[in-house]
Amino acid sequence: MNGTGANSHSNPGLVSAPFEVVIGLEVHIQLQTRSKIFCGCSVQFGAEANSQVCPVCLGLPGALPVLNEKVLASAARLALATGCRINPVSLFARKNYFYPDLPKGYQISQFDQPFASDGGMTVTSEGDAQRAIRIRRIHLEDDAGRSIHAEAFVAEDETLLDLNRCGVPLLELVTEPDLRSPAEAADFMQRLRQLVRYLGISSGNMEEGSLRCDANISLRPAGSDGLGVKTELKNMNSFRHVERALAFEIARQGALLAAGGRIEQQTLLWDPARGMAEPMRSKEEAHDYRYFPEPDLMPVAISGEWVEELRRQMPELPEARKARYEREFGLPAYDAGLLTGDPGVADYFERLAARIEDKKLASNWVMGEVMRASNARGCSVLELKMTPEHLAVLLDSLSRGRIHQQAARRIFAEGLENGLSPAEAIEREAGAQIHDTDQLRMVVREALTSHPDETEAWLGGKDKLAGFFTGVILQSLQGRADPRAIMALLQEERKALLEKRG
Amino acid sequence: MHTGSVDFQSIKPLLAAGSISCTSLAETYLQHIDKGAHLNAFISVFAEKALEQAAAVDRKRTRGTAGRLAGLFLGVKDNIVWSSGPTTCASRMLAGYHSPFSATVLKRLAEEDAIFLGKTNMDEFAMGSSTENSAYGGVRLPADPGRVPGGSSGGSAAAVAAGLCTAALGSDTGGSIRQPASFCGVVGLKPTWGRVSRYGLVAFASSLDQIGPMGRSVADCAELLQVMAGYDPADATSSMAPVPDYAASLTRDLKGLRIGLPREFFPQAGMESAVRAAVEECAAFLRREGAELVPVSLPHSGYAIAAYYVIADAEASANLARFDGARYGRRSPAAAALEEMYTLSRSEGFGVEVKRRIMLGTFVLSSGYYEAYYGKAQKVRTLLQRDFAEAFRTCDLLLTPVCPTTAFRIGEKAGDPLAMYLSDIFTVSVNMAGLPALALPCGRDSAGLPIGAQLIGPAFSEPLLLAAGHHLEKGHAPARAFAEAS
Repeated sequence: MNGTGANSHSNPGLVSAPFEVVIGLEVHIQLQTRSKIFCGCSVQFGAEANSQVCPVCLGLPGALPVLNEKVLASAARLALATGCRINPVSLFARKNYFYPDLPKGYQISQFDQPFASDGGMTVTSEGDAQRAIRIRRIHLEDDAGRSIHAEAFVAEDETLLDLNRCGVPLLELVTEPDLRSPAEAADFMQRLRQLVRYLGISSGNMEEGSLRCDANISLRPAGSDGLGVKTELKNMNSFRHVERALAFEIARQGALLAAGGRIEQQTLLWDPARGMAEPMRSKEEAHDYRYFPEPDLMPVAISGEWVEELRRQMPELPEARKARYEREFGLPAYDAGLLTGDPGVADYFERLAARIEDKKLASNWVMGEVMRASNARGCSVLELKMTPEHLAVLLDSLSRGRIHQQAARRIFAEGLENGLSPAEAIEREAGAQIHDTDQLRMVVREALTSHPDETEAWLGGKDKLAGFFTGVILQSLQGRADPRAIMALLQEERKALLEKRG
Repeated sequence: MHTGSVDFQSIKPLLAAGSISCTSLAETYLQHIDKGAHLNAFISVFAEKALEQAAAVDRKRTRGTAGRLAGLFLGVKDNIVWSSGPTTCASRMLAGYHSPFSATVLKRLAEEDAIFLGKTNMDEFAMGSSTENSAYGGVRLPADPGRVPGGSSGGSAAAVAAGLCTAALGSDTGGSIRQPASFCGVVGLKPTWGRVSRYGLVAFASSLDQIGPMGRSVADCAELLQVMAGYDPADATSSMAPVPDYAASLTRDLKGLRIGLPREFFPQAGMESAVRAAVEECAAFLRREGAELVPVSLPHSGYAIAAYYVIADAEASANLARFDGARYGRRSPAAAALEEMYTLSRSEGFGVEVKRRIMLGTFVLSSGYYEAYYGKAQKVRTLLQRDFAEAFRTCDLLLTPVCPTTAFRIGEKAGDPLAMYLSDIFTVSVNMAGLPALALPCGRDSAGLPIGAQLIGPAFSEPLLLAAGHHLEKGHAPARAFAEAS
């Protein structure tokens, strides 16, 4: 290995010449079923601690798990969307370890016979190149509870347990070590989030822990096929942290290797506050999970007909939808990508586009006002009180010139609050328009006299300034005039002024 | 009359005739429990509740709304949870534990007005063959209090034999219903795995555990099974196969029935001659009744004990992991940190045999050893299942002894786990194959100790097993032994 010292790693995350980055991800996807994977308890997020539990998810003596078959459909949808082979028979297995938030003393997971195997997804690599990432397996398991130490209400020597999360259904998706940069890893996670939202199987919310990711990471000499010693990174709970944590670890391993050191196989915890990853105590990671087949559950048998049925019911996936937006609505690739990024936004857009002619106007409004409003409120666009149907009415008036942009924004803001049809507000705004030409002409003249420099330039041939004056005038009228009428008056005034000068 | 020495089938007409009531029965059983206190058969007795329920069932009988088990007083092995009383599994670990829910079988039995007299003593977490491994002290054999009643359902077997209850529930993982039934001279049925819901049975080895009835007659076991059996949505391994009418099949004709005698279960050495003779007499009786005797072989049964202890202990090591002191059960007061909470609570809470099995089970699943032990044991299990399948091509049922010996002395094998494990040599294969088997008395040895015969059938052949057992009981004098015992 011919590393050239620390200076070759001055740019953390971008390892220069001698090393290639090898990353594999283990992603946990919390499923949005109504009840838990092995009992009937609710999976609602944010309920009072220990309120959504029963003998089964508490692992009380004598209780037995029963598979909630809804999770099979979720798993199958993800498997189909990622081109995985759904195994006709898969087995649950017990993964044994002691932890207070694991009431049974084992997790029910799948081991040597997972639900699905051998699929793939695409990520965007440097320079927009698309790269295939192989998916090794997708399997089902139950979640553990939460141990709470670092909260103000927990005494220093105490740990509190919230077991609501025990038994929440999880899919674990494991990739092959095919990712080559932190950016690819982050892109993989973003695409996976988009996919699970499209499939309606998970909220995909990393901050709430609905989507969690651990990464195995190693470096190897560029051009080599072997694998270096890997470390495992945990606790990356946002896309940004995935990228930062991986960049940190690449820099750490790179510096170590370049200095002739050796990588120690270990598990590191990402500390987002300090921006660094530190090894877990070795005891915490020294697990022999002693997997063996779960005797309380029968093997999961999946029929080909059922899979075909699900395949027929598969929703349109992000790539296909984006292509259709370009083709069917004539939208630019940028718009199509942004609108189809989230299935809720895409649904909103389609309901709007179905009702108005000008698809680009619809796209502009959804990408602008609508997404801004949902971000500000922290809700889905579909939860906004301004429905796509109401917005269609509003945009129709806008494109026919009954109201103009500013008035439309005002009505939109009102609609977000009151949820009423905009028809009345449109009448009000349209009625408030100043149609009296003499009155408008006064305003136009005032605008010209109060901007003498711009007026001179305009008369001198800077035609673009007409737009400037229109803006000034509409501003002073709070938008209560037809911009086309103002434009016409401006031209008349210009002509008159030039004639006066002779 | 001595209500303690008759079966439920004999109680029913007396109740119907009005010569006894549930209340008088309850009082009698409670007196017997007091008198039999030296047997240590019960861990808890629900005297008040039983009397209340008896009065309530009597009122229902007057109105004609009583269930079919009205007048049946049950002992319930203390590893079956009931929300109206403590469940200890005979372990310090669960002292004071009160389950918030009841086992499916108890709900079904209660719906038919069976009354639960108390929870019976057992080997801790059902691990043992003598009921000496109990945190509440060992159980004594009613026929000879210096001897063990067998185990692990020794409390249930002793209680039935001594007339402390009409019948009892046991659980059978490797012989824990049949072996104590044999030692105590009562009838015990280990149903097909999946026939009876395990929901509410504190798990020892889930793929082997099965709840079953223990009683004073085959007909009583049939009637209890009738109520207990059937699909339970709370147990994913319970069978959806319809439940046949067991009582109706008791009297079916045995003519032409092929009874297999597996040669490995009649060894030249290691078996008491009285046991062999008694079981062979059963065979002779069945032949006289029109059955055909067929020599068969179960060639892999010699590996059954070893494979059984690997699989059962592996599952146990996981099933008992939940007893960690964190949420319920014993938490060591000396523990100051997490790791200590685990090690101290478990070291103090579990008895020697339970710890031995947890360690064994943990070892056989460990990385690097899995294939050599657990993997190999599963292969043996498959071979055993094939052995049985092969045998059942030439016969309908198998007849074997339950145990090579009659009841042994208290302390005789307590220091020698291997000798203790060999006590299950004729019973564990049945669990490994998930089959049903019936143990019933078939005579006594020279010391007057009961000997048990075992009938083994293919999966879901309970009607046939019960019928053969019923014929033996009615026609073969030694099989009626226990009626004279009490």
